[in-house]
Amino acid sequence: MKSLEELKAIRERVRGNVHLRKEDSPDNIRVVVGMATCGIAAGARPVLAAFTEEVAKRDLQNVMVTQTGCIGICQYEPVVEVFEPDGKKTTYVKMTADKAARVVTEHLVNGKVVEEYTIGSISNLK
Amino acid sequence: MQELSLNVLDIAQNSIRAEASLITITVEQRTADSFLEISIADNGCGMSEEQVAHVMDPFFTTRTTRKVGLGVPFFKMSAEATGGSFSIVSELGKGTRTTASYRTDHIDMLPLGDMNATILILITMNPDRDFVYRRSLDERIYTLDTRELKEVLEDVPLNAPEVADFIRSSLEEGEAELLGGPAAP
Repeated sequence: MKSLEELKAIRERVRGNVHLRKEDSPDNIRVVVGMATCGIAAGARPVLAAFTEEVAKRDLQNVMVTQTGCIGICQYEPVVEVFEPDGKKTTYVKMTADKAARVVTEHLVNGKVVEEYTIGSISNLK
Repeated sequence: MQELSLNVLDIAQNSIRAEASLITITVEQRTADSFLEISIADNGCGMSEEQVAHVMDPFFTTRTTRKVGLGVPFFKMSAEATGGSFSIVSELGKGTRTTASYRTDHIDMLPLGDMNATILILITMNPDRDFVYRRSLDERIYTLDTRELKEVLEDVPLNAPEVADFIRSSLEEGEAELLGGPAAP
């Protein structure tokens, strides 16, 4: 079993990291994953997990991954919204864990929206 | 929902919206009786008797943004389809306990699925709340209590990546032992 001693060591290591992330800094990019019944049923759990894992792996201090309820476009779930510090909002639809990894690399790291996953590029309503 | 652990994730969101500070999730399994019971108990705002009666109805929701609330009906259906049972006990100001029991040998039994993924997401997405996760299989029991972790962590948050990794491996090891690793001491 994992021991609490091990956790203590982790505590000291994390504290040693110079900058603890600022959760509500206006310079943060916010990634919001829809986690209502519709989102969860459509596969939001692995999408949210992929975002948190990729962001942790790349140590992106300026990215906050959070969740929200149903935003009313259930047919497009899993839906992920990305809010940038300049007020820009991107809505990604029908997300998967693989797509999430690509959004992290191309959009969150390199600042280039992955157009083909956005709601604007999905033409036929289902 | 394709697996019951997704229902658990969904129902626990109701506890979070009910402003619960402590959410206890229990999964109890008895192989010999083909019995599985899942409960989600919270100390949130609770519901009136009338509300409890209503939440089982798919066309009732407290929301004003839409007209359907499918979370509870889905969970109820998953249990009743196996010949199991479903109940909600709630008191205003005290909290709510939702319990679903299953007959695991029924053809309509859904897989429990990845409970660890559900618990990890609940904990890391709501580091200000406390969770107790208790999973038992016959005589073996695994428990994770975030209040114990917080005591050790002090000011370090539960959603720090290193801490999340720790919780993930604890859940994985706990499950492996439960499902037939080395015998519990």
